[in-house]
Amino acid sequence: MDSVSTGVSIKPYARPPKGSQPPSLYEPYRATKKRAPLKPLIVLPHTLSEITGPIFGHERVGEKDNDLTCQHAEEPIGERIIVSGRVLDSNGRPVPNALIEIWQANAGGRYRHVRDQHPAPLDPNFSGAGRTMTDEQGAYRFITIKPGAYPWFNHYNAWRPAHVHFSVFGNAFITRLVTQMYFPGDPLFAYDPIFQSIPDERARERLISKFDLETTQPQWAKGFKFDIVLRGPEATPFEKS
Amino acid sequence: MKKADTDMIPTPSQTVGPFFAIELTTEEHCVKCVAGPETPGKRVWITFRVLDGDGVPVNDAMLETWQADSNGKYKHPDDVQPKELNQGKLDQRWLGFGRVATGEDGNCVLETIQPGRVAQQAPHLMIAVFARGMLKALYTRVYFAGDPANDEDSVLRLVPAERRETLLAHSDPARPGYWSFDIRLQGDYETVFFDV
Ligand SMILES: [Fe+2]
Repeated sequence: MDSVSTGVSIKPYARPPKGSQPPSLYEPYRATKKRAPLKPLIVLPHTLSEITGPIFGHERVGEKDNDLTCQHAEEPIGERIIVSGRVLDSNGRPVPNALIEIWQANAGGRYRHVRDQHPAPLDPNFSGAGRTMTDEQGAYRFITIKPGAYPWFNHYNAWRPAHVHFSVFGNAFITRLVTQMYFPGDPLFAYDPIFQSIPDERARERLISKFDLETTQPQWAKGFKFDIVLRGPEATPFEKS
Repeated sequence: MKKADTDMIPTPSQTVGPFFAIELTTEEHCVKCVAGPETPGKRVWITFRVLDGDGVPVNDAMLETWQADSNGKYKHPDDVQPKELNQGKLDQRWLGFGRVATGEDGNCVLETIQPGRVAQQAPHLMIAVFARGMLKALYTRVYFAGDPANDEDSVLRLVPAERRETLLAHSDPARPGYWSFDIRLQGDYETVFFDV
């Protein structure tokens, strides 16, 4: 790798193992064909610009923003669930004060978005968006309803497995992660090019949450665990001149 | 490799999809103006235009931006440069972070202040591009055409000379402070993206 000299010492972030991230171009997901760069990316040794990033304060998050079931006069229709987990870095260290934003379809598989044309009903009691920040241990928790699977136009009879979109900010601009959380045992995994775009099976399966009896609340809601790992600093720090 | 390492693979990215606007780019969660009214520095408006491989405007992209203040200092504990955060004293709300969504014409405008030089780098903004059809974010940088520091910028020097142009924002001679920057996801004038 070329080195860049910027006159300050930098502790670079580790790069994800080969095959653990999806490629930009994945033909079975049709929309990637015109939106993926075809020229080689320039490998960038990290500078201060890469290893820093926005640090949000708690003012961005309201007290009830992590409960998607209480944003309206009544409760939304659907199976109530608790999604919780931890945000860690790839060295196993908790990432505290990380902003997590989520959005999802309602129980019928419909988003409250003008471009969603799926002929399933909107739920007047469900907006499908929430946010929270991780605590000192990197832990977070959302209360929501299980989203429905929904059809799309990628190929004939295409259906997305049920999922919740996650957006996470870590310590640096390059640890930024946007991903999707799935539910165990979904029969649609095999047919979904977005899920299948991740080459490494072990990495892919990390996007599937786990049913968790411990966080399940009797007579109230099922618990699902979803831990998120962000890139962490390289294990062996080195100095740049 | 420790055993624990295998459990610590970073979580894979997935596309932001077509419906992120219900959370990420609501009026409340967009950051179209990085600089507050008190933020010192030269104010700039950058119009971004996102185009796909056919040159068609991408009307459902989100751009996130990250930058230093006018002193060339990031508001972040890992910025070890021996200089002060200019904005910190005058504008407590300064983060250096922007988030904008493209409209039907593939355009979006970011209001900010021109960053200073970070260490020996030329003034630049970091950009992360998200959209339906993009399984992971693409990273690029915006430099300001005509800045003499560009010639000695070590990141620009990694880029083949004939492609550096794609990283330059251009100012509108008729409107001081207004710059434009095209993001071409694919094609002959494909923007340079970085593997960070
Ligand atoms: Fe979705």
